Amino acid sequence: MSPRVAIVDFVQTEHGGHLHENVQELTFGVVRKLMDRVGIDRSEIGTMISSSADYWQGISCSNSYYYDSAGGNLKSGSKVGEDSVFTVIYGMMRILSGHYRTALLVAVTKCSECPSEHTLSNLCADPFFHRPVGINGVAVAGLQARQYLERHSPPTHAAAQVVVKNRSNAAKNPYAHVRSTVTVDEVLSSPTVAAPLRKLDVPVTSDGACALLLAEEGTARDLCDDPVFIEGVGWNVDRSLVGDRDLRRGSLHKASAMAYGKAGIRDPGKEIDVAEISETSSYHEILWSEGLGLCGPGEGWRLATEGLSSLEGTLPINPSGGLFGANPQVARGLVRVGEAYLQVLGEAGDHQVPNVRKALAHSVHGLGGQSHSVVILGH
Amino acid sequence: MAEESRILTGYVSLPYKWAMGPATTRFYEEFRKKRIMGSRCGKCNRILVPARSFCSDCFVETDEWVEVSQEGSIRTWVLINFAYEGQPKEPPYILAILDLDGADVGLPHFVGGFEMKDLETVEEKVRIGGRVKAVWKENREGYILDIDYFEPID
Repeated sequence: MSPRVAIVDFVQTEHGGHLHENVQELTFGVVRKLMDRVGIDRSEIGTMISSSADYWQGISCSNSYYYDSAGGNLKSGSKVGEDSVFTVIYGMMRILSGHYRTALLVAVTKCSECPSEHTLSNLCADPFFHRPVGINGVAVAGLQARQYLERHSPPTHAAAQVVVKNRSNAAKNPYAHVRSTVTVDEVLSSPTVAAPLRKLDVPVTSDGACALLLAEEGTARDLCDDPVFIEGVGWNVDRSLVGDRDLRRGSLHKASAMAYGKAGIRDPGKEIDVAEISETSSYHEILWSEGLGLCGPGEGWRLATEGLSSLEGTLPINPSGGLFGANPQVARGLVRVGEAYLQVLGEAGDHQVPNVRKALAHSVHGLGGQSHSVVILGH
Repeated sequence: MAEESRILTGYVSLPYKWAMGPATTRFYEEFRKKRIMGSRCGKCNRILVPARSFCSDCFVETDEWVEVSQEGSIRTWVLINFAYEGQPKEPPYILAILDLDGADVGLPHFVGGFEMKDLETVEEKVRIGGRVKAVWKENREGYILDIDYFEPID
């Protein structure tokens, strides 16, 4: 049997709109708590990977500021920018290389400290063609939503139903930033921002940090009673110019096919018990569900309107509340993996889905989902 | 530890000088003459707009410059009507991906030239598949914004 990598433990902050602690204190807090819970010393941590983004922190080489406070002092380590799920992928690879038994993963973002995500995501765009015409995250999300509406004609309340579901789930999650519920009418009467997207179709941004410990199987069994294994990972990146891409299909179907291939999953809609998806807008949960093959093309909106993706449904999506619950830009991907881990462990609390054997975590980065990553967890 | 935290406010404002590269330089020189150029990939035969020096799908250099139409159709569009720092123009405005006649990939640009009172009135003027035509500025600097916007011509 090929060697396996497991998650030993996961710790996250109580995410918020304005956390008082600075980035060093946030990372120290989650890593200290993780080491205390697992019962290991910093000397037992093999390698460390963090995730943050320079533009989102206002400090170039953002990790240079918090590297020691995140447990990485005088260790082999590095940072991945933008999508924190790559800490899981790279951490797994380092352990599978045989050089390390454990890998500490840490992600942090304080959106309260940086310019708005609309300003910063415009800086993701190239300066020659995209940036001058205002291409940014929410604009491309609106372009994708308009295409979806035109092609599949979902009822008006379908996307709003995603927001209602996720906000309702977040109200059960003590770590969520936004814990108030909304109605379909409130979503549909909120002002348009990037029409067809309305204000409440787009998650607000948050402050938050998290830490996760990976270990090879033997070490994981020594460190915890119930290791949760990484059964498959996949990632894929689309072209840079949005006009060159098929914004409906993108790269997610390839990322998910890679993860399912590794995990031996043939029918994800039936075999996945719960999914934590980075729904950067209401329509994105619909679009990403289709890209992940959790339903057929054009059927994503039905998951919410027919209650299938609700906490009590056959395929709960974002029981934690997803990004509508907490949206610390860079850290949010690793939070999805952590929440999927808690679901497999059966320790998600009030938003626990019954009998989870396989959980999916998804993250996205770049305009309109240029880059996607998928992690499959199981016992 | 104190419950509150003082906030330190600062600004980071730094100049950059990005080389456009020869293909983008020529693409924008043609803008001064009100011409929109694409490049043909000799392998997949697609016309790529903006013109560029290579096709990233076939991973070969492009080998021919071709003028594409000033007219095209709307692949998809979004009405931006909220303000943020660094925005390219006063909202409301429409950003669209346009399939210019003769091009095989889309070009993002503005659609405008009419009053954008609310979403309902905009939806009467703008639709996926709707036809548009480039409206050029009088004074052109060789840049994407030499085209003021594309106006609906249906």
